[in-house]
Amino acid sequence: MITIENLTKRYGTTTVVDGVSMHIPRNSLTVIVGTSGSGKSTLLRMVNRLVEPTSGRVLLDGNDTRAEPAHLLRRRIGYAIQGHGLFPHHTVAENIATVPRLMGWDAARIGARVTELLKAFALDPATFAGQFPHQLSGGQQQRVGVARALAAEPQLLLMDEPFGALDPIIRAKAQDDLLDIRRRFGTTIVLVTHDMDEAFRLGDHVAVMSGGRMLQYGPPAELLTRPADPLVSRMTGLADRAMRLLSLSTAGEAALPGTVDGPAVAASASLRDVLSELVWRGVDAACVTDADGTARGHLTVAAILAHGRP
Amino acid sequence: MKVPGVASIARTAALVLLAAFLIWPQRFAPLFVPLTQYGAPPIYDQGNLLTLALAQLGTVCCAALASTVVAVALGILVTRPSGAQFLPLSRTLVNIGQTFPPVAVLAVAVPLVGFGLKPTLIALFAYGLLPIFENTLVGLKTCPPAVLEAASGMGMSARQRLLSVELPLAMPLILEGIRVSLVISVGTATIGSTVAAKGLGEVIIAGLLSNNTAFILQGALVTGLMAVLLYDALTGLERRVCRTVRID
Repeated sequence: MITIENLTKRYGTTTVVDGVSMHIPRNSLTVIVGTSGSGKSTLLRMVNRLVEPTSGRVLLDGNDTRAEPAHLLRRRIGYAIQGHGLFPHHTVAENIATVPRLMGWDAARIGARVTELLKAFALDPATFAGQFPHQLSGGQQQRVGVARALAAEPQLLLMDEPFGALDPIIRAKAQDDLLDIRRRFGTTIVLVTHDMDEAFRLGDHVAVMSGGRMLQYGPPAELLTRPADPLVSRMTGLADRAMRLLSLSTAGEAALPGTVDGPAVAASASLRDVLSELVWRGVDAACVTDADGTARGHLTVAAILAHGRP
Repeated sequence: MKVPGVASIARTAALVLLAAFLIWPQRFAPLFVPLTQYGAPPIYDQGNLLTLALAQLGTVCCAALASTVVAVALGILVTRPSGAQFLPLSRTLVNIGQTFPPVAVLAVAVPLVGFGLKPTLIALFAYGLLPIFENTLVGLKTCPPAVLEAASGMGMSARQRLLSVELPLAMPLILEGIRVSLVISVGTATIGSTVAAKGLGEVIIAGLLSNNTAFILQGALVTGLMAVLLYDALTGLERRVCRTVRID
């Protein structure tokens, strides 16, 4: 969907993004992770041309993004940022309607879309549509920010540290919501964060940036098992890499055939959570069950541990 | 039913008093008689007070309108990337307008444009620029960066962003600048009478010339009440605008 070719951004003599190339497939959730000053936000902002590249180009579905005026390009790309950036003088409904209005949708279509999004983000339209941003909690403001970014049904959603300002509990909820939204609308998402846990939790592709260069780009497990650079393993964390690896597989994927006597665990649970459960109960094996309660197989401690090695 | 507060009672009383005095000035004559000597008239009799007050208000509003248009346009210009280089120049010009005393502006303007309304308008226009310009500048420069970033990121053009985000958010401060400018102008406009512009300065000057304290007081009181009421009305307008803007 997005092809980035040799993208470079310099400010004077400082190179912020240095010759980055990557291909982001449709329907993926790609997380760009890096320390502050790594150039990750600049890279993201070059995709919707809030920052114009010094050299290189970005192709969206094969078309150069410079082919049309920047503000028209941006209307087709959702954009959500840290601290939400909601318009304080517009109601929640008006905020969400921003891009559809710019695109000239008729009032009925805008109204229907706003109601649909408010419901999708668990905000009761009757209560929230007419409220102003300052009347909402931080978590609600963030949800409205994402709803606004999705309002014009963009194929692509860019998110710059969208959960950075939220406390841990609301943040976890917001991350779950994002995964839900992605399943529901099938939007391709590119998300920038400095939080490695967030990257591993959300991304099916993770790109690690440092000093303007892309150190590694691939599935999260690959970052742990085949780090391309010592800095990548430092950033992903050496001490708990086995546990991190376990958290990337689900019980359903790792289940062995046959059933055993033991506690039941959900097929959607991560191996890390299953291991934790087994340690806590002091047993060696668990029964893996589907959401409807039918047994799918079993897992033993030894089988789980085997998944925690490269 | 809402009980009117002290402020709204005082406001209504001031407005009624001002209107009554301007419409039936002779009814107030007994109040001013003690201030006169040798049987001089207690109420200004060389012109209609209402006409003079309205003329002064009109002059002030015209000048303030021109100041607002120029100062806001200048404020917008110098906060755009393309106009940023004009900021120091604009600041200097506007500051000169404020530091140059209006009396001096009149002295310079009369030989150029003649006596009457024109030199007064020029003096008030120059004098009123600074508060509006500075407030416009602050209002536009202090828009939250995340909001501006979001506006651009949503796909607003520079013009759409200015009109639907930046100006509405800066509006309370711009209105405050206009209010300060207007109130200063109402008082300052009395000096226009020295160059034959119609206004309440005429009453004050007549009082000074004939040593009639009643005239001086009438001119000053009417001017003062107009300034206070104008200030009050614009504060109310600002509050109404603020209710929906930047209350986070």
